Amino acid sequence: MLNDFINQVGPSTVGGLSIGAIYALIALGYTMVYGVLRLINFAHSEIFMIGAFAALFVIMKIGITGPLTGIALVGMLLLLMLVAMAASGGAAVVLEQVAYRPLRRHGAGRLAALISAIGASIFLQELFALVIIPEVFDRPSQGRIQVPVPRLLDRETLLTIGNTEIRNDHVIIIVSAVIMMVLLDVFVNRTKIGRGIRATSQDPETATLMGVNIDRVIRTTFLVGGAMAGVAALLYAMELENLRYNVGFLLGVKAFTAAVLGGIGNLRGALLGGLALGLIENWGAIFFGSEWKDVIAFTILVLVLLFRPTGILGESLQRARA
Amino acid sequence: MRSKIARLGGIVAVGTALTLGLAACGSGTDDASSSGGQSDGGGATTLKIGFMGDLTGENSALMIPPSQGAQLAVDEFNAKSTGVKVELVKYDSQGNPDQAVPLAQKAVTEDKIVAMVGPGFSGESRNVGPVLEQGKIPSVTGSATNPALAENGWKYWHRVVANDAIQGPAIADFLVKAKSPKKAFVIDDAQEYGVGLADAVAQEFEKQSVAVERDKIDPNGSDYSSTVTKVNAAKPDVIYYGGYYAQLGRLLKQLRDGGVTATVVSGDGAVDIKLVEAAGKEAAEGAVLGCPCLIPFGSDVPELKTFSENYKAKFGSDPLIYASEGYDAATAILKAIEAGNTTPEKINDFLATVDFKGVSKQIKFGPNGDIAANIIHVYQIKDGNLDWLGDTTQAQLG
Amino acid sequence: MNANSKTHSGNPLTSFRRAVGGLSDGVRDRWAAAPGWARWTGYALLIALAVIAPHPAIGSFMAPDSHWPSLLFSPIGTFVLLAVGLNVVVGQAGLLDLGFVAFYAIGAYTMAVFGTKYGWNFWGVLIIAIFMTAISGIVLGSPTLRLRGDYLAIVTLGFGEIVRITAQNTDYIGGARGITNIPHPPTLFGVEFALDPLPYYYLLVAAVVLVVIVAKRLERSRVGRAWEAIREDEDAAELMGVPTFRFKLLAFFVGAMIGGLTGAIWASKVIAIQPPNFPFILSATILAAVVLGGSGNLPGVVIGAFLVAWLPERFRGFADYRILIFGAALVLMMALRPEGLLPARRRRNVLGNGENDAGAAATESGGTTASGDAGDKEVAK
Repeated sequence: MLNDFINQVGPSTVGGLSIGAIYALIALGYTMVYGVLRLINFAHSEIFMIGAFAALFVIMKIGITGPLTGIALVGMLLLLMLVAMAASGGAAVVLEQVAYRPLRRHGAGRLAALISAIGASIFLQELFALVIIPEVFDRPSQGRIQVPVPRLLDRETLLTIGNTEIRNDHVIIIVSAVIMMVLLDVFVNRTKIGRGIRATSQDPETATLMGVNIDRVIRTTFLVGGAMAGVAALLYAMELENLRYNVGFLLGVKAFTAAVLGGIGNLRGALLGGLALGLIENWGAIFFGSEWKDVIAFTILVLVLLFRPTGILGESLQRARA
Repeated sequence: MRSKIARLGGIVAVGTALTLGLAACGSGTDDASSSGGQSDGGGATTLKIGFMGDLTGENSALMIPPSQGAQLAVDEFNAKSTGVKVELVKYDSQGNPDQAVPLAQKAVTEDKIVAMVGPGFSGESRNVGPVLEQGKIPSVTGSATNPALAENGWKYWHRVVANDAIQGPAIADFLVKAKSPKKAFVIDDAQEYGVGLADAVAQEFEKQSVAVERDKIDPNGSDYSSTVTKVNAAKPDVIYYGGYYAQLGRLLKQLRDGGVTATVVSGDGAVDIKLVEAAGKEAAEGAVLGCPCLIPFGSDVPELKTFSENYKAKFGSDPLIYASEGYDAATAILKAIEAGNTTPEKINDFLATVDFKGVSKQIKFGPNGDIAANIIHVYQIKDGNLDWLGDTTQAQLG
Repeated sequence: MNANSKTHSGNPLTSFRRAVGGLSDGVRDRWAAAPGWARWTGYALLIALAVIAPHPAIGSFMAPDSHWPSLLFSPIGTFVLLAVGLNVVVGQAGLLDLGFVAFYAIGAYTMAVFGTKYGWNFWGVLIIAIFMTAISGIVLGSPTLRLRGDYLAIVTLGFGEIVRITAQNTDYIGGARGITNIPHPPTLFGVEFALDPLPYYYLLVAAVVLVVIVAKRLERSRVGRAWEAIREDEDAAELMGVPTFRFKLLAFFVGAMIGGLTGAIWASKVIAIQPPNFPFILSATILAAVVLGGSGNLPGVVIGAFLVAWLPERFRGFADYRILIFGAALVLMMALRPEGLLPARRRRNVLGNGENDAGAAATESGGTTASGDAGDKEVAK
């Protein structure tokens, strides 16, 4: 057992941090929306999926079939990242307009918003399975079958420590996630609209009285949270190279778990929660087998919540500065 | 009071509108189904045979070829037959037992089918079996390979392929002969079919004193890095995966990226050329697949050649996995009808004695409904194509 | 959040909302105002309707593309019973449970294990199954019910997945193969329980009637009032001396028992159960049924469950598109009528005037925000 752990802990850590970074980026969307609206944006997993397919669409339109190198690779990844961010961010704003705003206008409870979110989630998945994948991606009657993504990046080992190989794709994922988190932190803490977001998450009534345009804050929150999911989507597509209509579901559940683990509403908590969840899953798999990954993740979540009922770093956006 | 009346009026109006709307939809679908249905106005009797399987779901790629195979057999029969005509009614269960049972009840009680080709998968077969048994409707499946299905004592159930208890050991034996491995790593997708096959393979390896390590992957997940880590730590000579091609594709890609070079082997659920697409051409190269199915890739055997040509002429594509078995399953039933048996009971009696050279193999059933001939074929991915190497007794790994 | 709700009250969506709302509220108000005998006649008529429902003439309209009596048992009957159970947790006590399928699974597995391994009688196992799920409700509830709102949601979601994955990986209960050859119930009053779905359907109808009576009794008792107090404002309830934790646990206990009962009956019909029978989406669908029908109001919940189970089967002719339409319908329904088709009367009073009076709704959202902050302060200490 211990032998297994020593043999596997290095590669597991690298794998755990990579998937954890993707969880973290998706978790940001959940955590920001929750902070502002106290709403579990259940359709966020489909926002992620839309970004991933948008990136794939551009890859196909440009006609990339093999790995790129050097400046072409960097340029292409940046372009695809912008595309995925725009698609996910835009979809999130539309989702808010269609599925949440009408409910908010009428003061409906959060339960109704959750059901609306579940409905939107089902709708978007089926829309891709029935219409978009068969038509736009030209795979008639194969809407529920995974779509391969061409390889963008040749895997290269950059560094070998013992039996642990650190590959270029792992580095790109983890570094991109951290850069995005830093940018977001600056955005929320240093800009006017960021202040609005923090104020709203602290106290929406007072924020309104203080002249914060709540609708604009909410729109921005969805846009930025969606864009982060777009970044995650590109990294996911690049790393795992396959997409399907329900690709977001499991990732969404994990990312939401990560957000709660870190302390929902807390941006840095999302990063911490994501990385922690990735590591816990992969380390746990060494001892118990990969089939127990999810059980381990949820058990740790319950244990953490029992001792720290608001997650590792505690709730609420405005405390992000602390 | 006024407002109450107004409200009542509203209720009636909306209620009527809804009813009309529903009725309109209802009659629309009724028309559609009846026009395809009993159009036996010409005097000749039309018998209905059901086909049940996953026609639009996630694993429909495995079920569309046999449904077309069965359709081909029925069309050929109708072209020849002067008296009785046969109609193939398709029931799309999406491979889901919960959907399959009501459809089977409907097939038996309302559509009055005389026999069924299918159900396609083992899970639905197990739940549908008792319904057909009670309705005394014979069934012939061309693809449900769970061994336990033959152990229910069902009198109306038959299958034309070898089961997983034969496939697993046969492929393990074949690998021991071809590769003489010291250590094997057996992975499955934690689903019924995959676990069953993986267990059978692992047991046979252990019997042949090959060390076995195991792990499972989440079929809905995509990141299999923890499994790759385990495989890398174990350094096996051969890897067996029990499950379907979509997950195998992802796994293969990640294994090869992770530096694993051992031969990867899988079963009938992964026999699909889309495996190459899912894994990428390089990662898929050399993967070995065992299957009780016979896919006639450009075969020169006359029956296979005719079948392939007719199939292609009709459906515009080569016959893929389980197409020939679907054809044989339907043919067994059609032979019974040809011999003048038009009731389910008589067809079932005839099936007990049937013995003919089908497209895929000799079709003859044992007393429990299982096929007498136990043949497992070996396929390999070479240059992005699926090559047939022969059955396990004669295939040579390239 | 409701700052500019007034400026939009004239749009067509709003007027349509009002029309739909007026319609179903009218039904409910008339029902509430009806004298006792009329209501009893109503109940009797409903039961009579349930009894004659499997008739082929009804079936030919209700389910032209499938087998109507089978559908009446599952999904329609099982959804109704599950929704009534979930309604106790979500509708009455206001606890957001996203893992209700776990209790359904535990009930089904209990029936399967005791039926196949020990060969116990159906009725005996039914009681054990209810008991087991009640225990599991407490096991899940005692650590987690101290959590607030949405934390509870993710933890219950996790619980549902834990139960499914554990079943999948535990060889004693069949692992991924599940359990097969589950015995049917013994013959009752000369009715044989075999493959025909009808006897099971009537068994479910009986269970629904029984459970609805119990749920109605509970709702009108001290327990029901305590749940309502917790649902509306947990802090206030606690201050007023309601032992909130104990009542929340009781809600889980009762809901779990109903879930287990459904699972056990279902398992005795279907011959074989497997872990994939209990996916998360089933929890979500039942929750949608409760909210769609009108969380907290039993007739609404029953109608919601019926619609959610029946409509996708009714429109089988549209093949795959029915699920797409279902998703869109949920979004649309929530926009038109967020409180459900037949909402609870008292709740309607709180929420329903929101469109005219921003204050009412603001109180609601303000209340939740305040409680969230209270949670914060607790941690800060």
